[in-house]
Amino acid sequence: MYIGAVHAHGHAHDHEHQAVPSDPALRTKALESLLVEKGLVDPAALDTLVDAFENKIGPRNGARVVARAWVDPEYKKRLLVDGGSAIAELGYAGSQGEHLIAVENTPQVHNLVVCTLCSCYPWAVLGLPPVWYKSAPYRSRAVIDPRGVLREFGLELPEETEIRVWDSTAEIRYLVVPERPVGTENLSEDDLAALVSRDSMIGTAKVFAPKPKP
Amino acid sequence: MNGIHDLGGMHGMGPIVREENEPVFHEPWEGRVYAITRAIGAFGKWNLDASRHAIEMLPPADYLRMSYYEKWLARNIGLLIRHGIITREEIETGKAATEAAPALRRLSAAEAAAHANRRDRYSRPDAAAVARFVVGDRVRARNMNPEGHTRLPRYARGKQGVISRHHGIFVFPDTNAHFQGEQPQHLYSVRFAARELWGDEASPRDCVHLDLWDPYLDHA
Repeated sequence: MYIGAVHAHGHAHDHEHQAVPSDPALRTKALESLLVEKGLVDPAALDTLVDAFENKIGPRNGARVVARAWVDPEYKKRLLVDGGSAIAELGYAGSQGEHLIAVENTPQVHNLVVCTLCSCYPWAVLGLPPVWYKSAPYRSRAVIDPRGVLREFGLELPEETEIRVWDSTAEIRYLVVPERPVGTENLSEDDLAALVSRDSMIGTAKVFAPKPKP
Repeated sequence: MNGIHDLGGMHGMGPIVREENEPVFHEPWEGRVYAITRAIGAFGKWNLDASRHAIEMLPPADYLRMSYYEKWLARNIGLLIRHGIITREEIETGKAATEAAPALRRLSAAEAAAHANRRDRYSRPDAAAVARFVVGDRVRARNMNPEGHTRLPRYARGKQGVISRHHGIFVFPDTNAHFQGEQPQHLYSVRFAARELWGDEASPRDCVHLDLWDPYLDHA
């Protein structure tokens, strides 16, 4: 299910004509002002943190890791053995990324990542999770009905494919390395990275080759 | 605790609602809540496990009703009050009381960029903990129902699985969340067959892997 004008948390917004900020907006402002007034928080530091996750740390990082693994078999080996060190080679590390395990999709095995207890997610390579990943419907069903969940994402897997669900119950973070689509042998690493979606690295999508130009 | 946060296997939560081209933060306040969480985390007054537990302690109806960042905001205010950094009156009035603020580490703008990428370490390779299991061992997750924080979901309790990987020694959330020390324990990836967890309706091929600490497990 997709939503447009209505946000996932269930209410419509009109950003242009929002007369009164919603309650959490006011409360957040009150909290920030209080912490700043007490000299405990520097608003410029908050700006930097917001900017880092809005503009620097996101799924493009993970896509670069996957593309490198596709073109460089030695890198892929290192990634599958020690994910944390392998992402650090490309300059990605940090919050929630240290203990990273990369799991590889093959024609026989499809991996799917969830956190049933909260919302653990490999921030260093994927940034902050989308709302659906943090939502009760995904967290409740990914473990009991992974095939149904994947069907909802438009992905029907053959019965003979083994689905491995990874419930992130500790400080280990999981990154799915999707299958490289056939017909991409001539693509550059950059072009390959552009094909890799966030959802394919969570395990709710596959990666497809670009449609041939008419 | 057997809380509402332990969602694995529940029914009736509705369809998975996706949003195309979803922004990182839907509204500016969400980004501020995220950043405040990181900044006040740098005070070092609580830990990740305590912080998770504080969200689990929200009343169940609120937990389901509130958006993700509303939960973070409520959790942050609760932790700041509980640790004596702000008072309830201050947050209600929006005015700092006259007494001096506690001396805490204030994250500078210069530090913040590196902080966004900070490596949090939870492995304790030098801790003296005994590993009771090796890869390949058949284990049963304990039927335990602690009132406090735990990372053993209800759906795996009492179920049999196989140790598939040994991660090393890690901070133990069940004690760390309650400021009873890190008490590091061996951590394993345990593979449970989908049919063991959910019965014959589940696919005979599928499985769920959970990362479980040594004290959650017994030999099967």
